[in-house]
Amino acid sequence: MRLCAFASLREKNLFDRLTAEFYAAGMRGNLAKAFELTNTQVFRRAALSKSYTDLLGRKLFLLLLTIQGLGAFALITLGVMLKKSGVARNVTGPRIRQEIVRAGVALLPMFLFIAAALGFLVIGQTVSALARVGATGYLGSTMVIVVVRELGPLLTAMLVLARVGTAHVIELGTARAMGEVEALEALGIDPVHYLIVPRVWGMMAGTFALTVYLIIGALGSGYLWAFLQDVPLTPGEYFKQLAEALNWLDFALLALKTLGFGFFIAIVTCYYGLAQPLRLEEVSRVAVRAVTQGVIVCILIDALFILLYLVT
Amino acid sequence: MSENQNQAAIEMRGVSVGTMRDVSFIVVEDANWTVAPGEFWVIAGQQHSGKSDFLMLTAGLMSPVKGSCRLFGRDTRIFGEAELAERLRVGFVFEGGHLFNHLTIRENVALPLQYHRNLSAGAAASEVQTLLKLMELTPLADITPANISGNWLQRAALARALALKPELLLLDNPLSWLDARHRQWWLRFLDQLGRGHNWLGGRPLTLAATTDDLRPWQNAQRKFALLHDKKFSPLGSWSDVEASKDPVVKELQAVPVEETM
Repeated sequence: MRLCAFASLREKNLFDRLTAEFYAAGMRGNLAKAFELTNTQVFRRAALSKSYTDLLGRKLFLLLLTIQGLGAFALITLGVMLKKSGVARNVTGPRIRQEIVRAGVALLPMFLFIAAALGFLVIGQTVSALARVGATGYLGSTMVIVVVRELGPLLTAMLVLARVGTAHVIELGTARAMGEVEALEALGIDPVHYLIVPRVWGMMAGTFALTVYLIIGALGSGYLWAFLQDVPLTPGEYFKQLAEALNWLDFALLALKTLGFGFFIAIVTCYYGLAQPLRLEEVSRVAVRAVTQGVIVCILIDALFILLYLVT
Repeated sequence: MSENQNQAAIEMRGVSVGTMRDVSFIVVEDANWTVAPGEFWVIAGQQHSGKSDFLMLTAGLMSPVKGSCRLFGRDTRIFGEAELAERLRVGFVFEGGHLFNHLTIRENVALPLQYHRNLSAGAAASEVQTLLKLMELTPLADITPANISGNWLQRAALARALALKPELLLLDNPLSWLDARHRQWWLRFLDQLGRGHNWLGGRPLTLAATTDDLRPWQNAQRKFALLHDKKFSPLGSWSDVEASKDPVVKELQAVPVEETM
């Protein structure tokens, strides 16, 4: 259906009005095929560069095309989330709950273990080291910076990406290769609405909730490990310091950051699984690429929030 | 339901078809085809002749590289959310079924009903049960597609395509995965649909199927066409097919070589 837009594009220069028509085609139909522009494939298939500058240029162009594709996919998904929030709730509702269980509840035991380990490995040692130099007064702010602002959200994002994001790419890539996306379109069902939107909601809710659990668990177990090392700090003092170091902005930015991580992990993994025409043998390669780019996106989001913390 | 019941179900003019994976790779050129409501067409062609892509284009799943394709008078190039009602007048059965592997057979059949009418599984149950019974799929209803044979997969795909009671049914090589018993069942059932089945309220269904073997399809009521060498050529009725001197048509009827000489 939407392939017509790309058929005409192929007959022209690839750079000729590419962006405008690409977005227009995507936004008009809201469907995954909007991304079947094979321009990235053209660059991947291109002959080896003759010089480093050629290679660098090609890589840079590929990067820009990937950003363009991901951006368009994110916009379309947001559009569908808003426009079709009330459509087929009897179908999408259970699917969203299913995804929340998968990206959140099912990972809880693993996160409790990680929280205990994080408390032992990082917080217990930090508390003990600060006590040794008599700097326990800095404990609260150190914990908030290390655990609440940085380690908690980023570690959660990486684990969710590894456990659930990879599964998204493989499931969607296989579904795409097996013709299930065409089958959805033939039934008049928007693949973005049916396959992507529940995954995005699930990933956002899961990442947010797991980050909160991880932070609470790590702070608690950290004190426990410090207590076992006879650090002279009462639980009341410890939690008072934490409470004083936290302000409303930490809670607001933590929520934004974790929801952002969840949204973009889902977008990157679903983009690679669904938006590209795949053969079965390509699924594993695409999964690796999606996870790598997911990590990069998470680090970039984290860097953005560091800037926000510094500015505010 | 339709604004004009006498309007052509399918109308193609000068259509060029690319493949789903690469639209610039043309598999059919300058195809002209008109299908009136209630007709039953069989499109024959050798493997890799572009039958599947041709049928997917007909269903509006991709647009023509050149020319125009209209379904019930509506250009498929503009098929989008606003034209959903038109899209739902067309059912499609993919070769091999293309069922959703994460759902059971029952859930696969229920999905279009639940999605388009916003029904819970319970509310859609009676219609789904009727369809499963029609297809003799009741014992397999709670099994996922990976665990049943191609014969039954294809029937489940038919049940799913009929769930929304379409006016036009497109079938991509529906008999290719089937054994002789299932093939007979399909031919009988498709003829019933063409004449008007109770499931569709007695309304005759317009049908178009592709095949790489003409033998099972011989029937005076059906119309035939050939896809070969990027050309779409209507052949006429079965008697015209039998009378054809075209070696490809002979080959698709599996006529021994010496008879074609």
